[in-house]
Amino acid sequence: MPPFTPVLLEAVGIPNGHTLASYRSRGGYAPLEQILREKQPVDVVEMVKASGLRGRGGAGFSTGLKWSFLPKDHPGPIYLCINADESEPGTFNNRILMEDDPHQVIEGIILAAYATRATTAYLYLRYEYPQSWERLQGAIDEAYAAGYLGSAIKGSSFSLNLYLHKGAAAYICGEETGLIESLEGKRAWPRIKPPFPAVEGLFRKPTVVNNIETMACVAQIARRGIDWFRSIGVPADPANPRDPGSYGPKLYCLSGHVERPGCYEAPLGITARQLINEYGGGVWKGRRAKAAIPGGISMGLLTEAELDTPLDFAGPGRVGCLGLGTAAVVVIDETVSIVDFLHNSCRFFAHESCGQCTPCREGTAWSLRMLERIKAGKGRLKDLELLAEIGNTMGMMPGSTICGLADGAAWPIKNAIKKFRGEFEDYIKTTNPTGWMVTDPVPALQIVGAH
Amino acid sequence: MAEHTSIMTAPKRILTDAMIAEIEALAPRYPDRRALTLPALHIVNDALRHVPLQAVVEIAAVLGLAPAEVQDTLSFYAFFPQDKPAGEVRAWVCRSISCALRGGEEVLEHLCHVAGIEPGGTTTDGTLTIEPAECLGACDFAPCMLAGKELHKNLTPESAAAFVRATQKRFVRP
Repeated sequence: MPPFTPVLLEAVGIPNGHTLASYRSRGGYAPLEQILREKQPVDVVEMVKASGLRGRGGAGFSTGLKWSFLPKDHPGPIYLCINADESEPGTFNNRILMEDDPHQVIEGIILAAYATRATTAYLYLRYEYPQSWERLQGAIDEAYAAGYLGSAIKGSSFSLNLYLHKGAAAYICGEETGLIESLEGKRAWPRIKPPFPAVEGLFRKPTVVNNIETMACVAQIARRGIDWFRSIGVPADPANPRDPGSYGPKLYCLSGHVERPGCYEAPLGITARQLINEYGGGVWKGRRAKAAIPGGISMGLLTEAELDTPLDFAGPGRVGCLGLGTAAVVVIDETVSIVDFLHNSCRFFAHESCGQCTPCREGTAWSLRMLERIKAGKGRLKDLELLAEIGNTMGMMPGSTICGLADGAAWPIKNAIKKFRGEFEDYIKTTNPTGWMVTDPVPALQIVGAH
Repeated sequence: MAEHTSIMTAPKRILTDAMIAEIEALAPRYPDRRALTLPALHIVNDALRHVPLQAVVEIAAVLGLAPAEVQDTLSFYAFFPQDKPAGEVRAWVCRSISCALRGGEEVLEHLCHVAGIEPGGTTTDGTLTIEPAECLGACDFAPCMLAGKELHKNLTPESAAAFVRATQKRFVRP
């Protein structure tokens, strides 16, 4: 594979790369000025549609298409929300973008607001990123002073205010309607869709919610063009009319048991093994991988043999994972017990379930209780059946919950039990030689520190 | 009876004029004052390291909401301490997968051991609260911890212990 020159990460390592002066010297904001002079909002929508850009937040929905769902000729206001509640375990690409190149993000936001005719944009930033807050606020102040934000931007008739809004450490706020509820000052309970936010979103007005990396991609598409963007990544499968392809560069977060954890930019479609070996310096300590998370913990697990899976929007699904997700790859080496992995995953989701839908609230808590018991040497083979049943019945896909959090909680359970069943059975039989075959109900153990 | 009397007498106001001014300064940003709920909770929590119930009532009065609406939001996040202030420094230790794979849980245990508290607890001198956190988004520096606004990277038992000692020393009062 030829070396890929980073674009989204071009400012990383440049002294003062986060400043307006640095961003302008790299060609930043010039495309925005030209578009405001020469193009209509619909042209920007068409540009982004034609680029094939798919949202980088996890769902991979076409960004241009999302914008085009807004009602035509709406009297306004229309709101733009930027989702910077990056909380998926293993994921930190938005943090890098906000801290090292905030103006790239802001230019993308202004372009997205222009395209959607939003005049107010809220950037919902997770509490855990104080450094990002400071960098963004500094960059927003610079952008106002330079006339890129505020009224009549650069002599055009377009005005935009951009505000930072701080979260309070809740994973569910990354779900777009949970984010909207949280911004409105309520508990972050996701809404039933439809109506979709494009029709009725923030303050009951048409709303678009976009991810930080998506905004950076929009800025780069404006600067480098549609053809450049489509020259990178994996083209649409001609045999599958429903495959929109996976175009553009992607920020991959690599962590866990690798020699060099970090955020690496590569064309969509790089395999997990290439990422681990060519960018991450291989599995740490000369060990072998046992498994890897393909795109944040809610996407499930790749086995060692599945590491050659291309990490584009379609790849992880072909080996039974939920999808590409946030493209955060977490490597798990051969010394780790898969029971410990699944316990960690179940604890996360039990803690972060918002409690609105019973199958998720109870399912995540129940699965954690079972993993606690299995870890404590009181597991039974029957527990694997129960876990699989929970995994198969909670979520949007089986139709029992409002949002996808439960699907994300279910996938690690389903993948781990299906792909590592032998290890679970061995563990249970070894640690519970007298009780592994029991099928009668057994009491739960008291859980310490689940919440 | 004493408790009853205390409810009847007007309690001392918790929200200062400065806090209210800070909240009001954000009001033009939102078309609905309820959206000021989280910003207001942060403003009070930043100043007092907790948001007592009476502050909730006062925030509700400022925003034109029912106290129950503000309390509902506050309780959802499990982020704002209510009964007593968090420590001078609030340390969040990541226990999610990337950090756990690199010793995050051991670091949390060691920190608590050195500080002499349970996870979620505050040292008796009130200097330090240690809480488990879900993914802090700094997996490239696992295991990590967010203490106040400072990210502590690649923690070891030694650096964790040094952090506890430095924190307690920083806030020691003569």
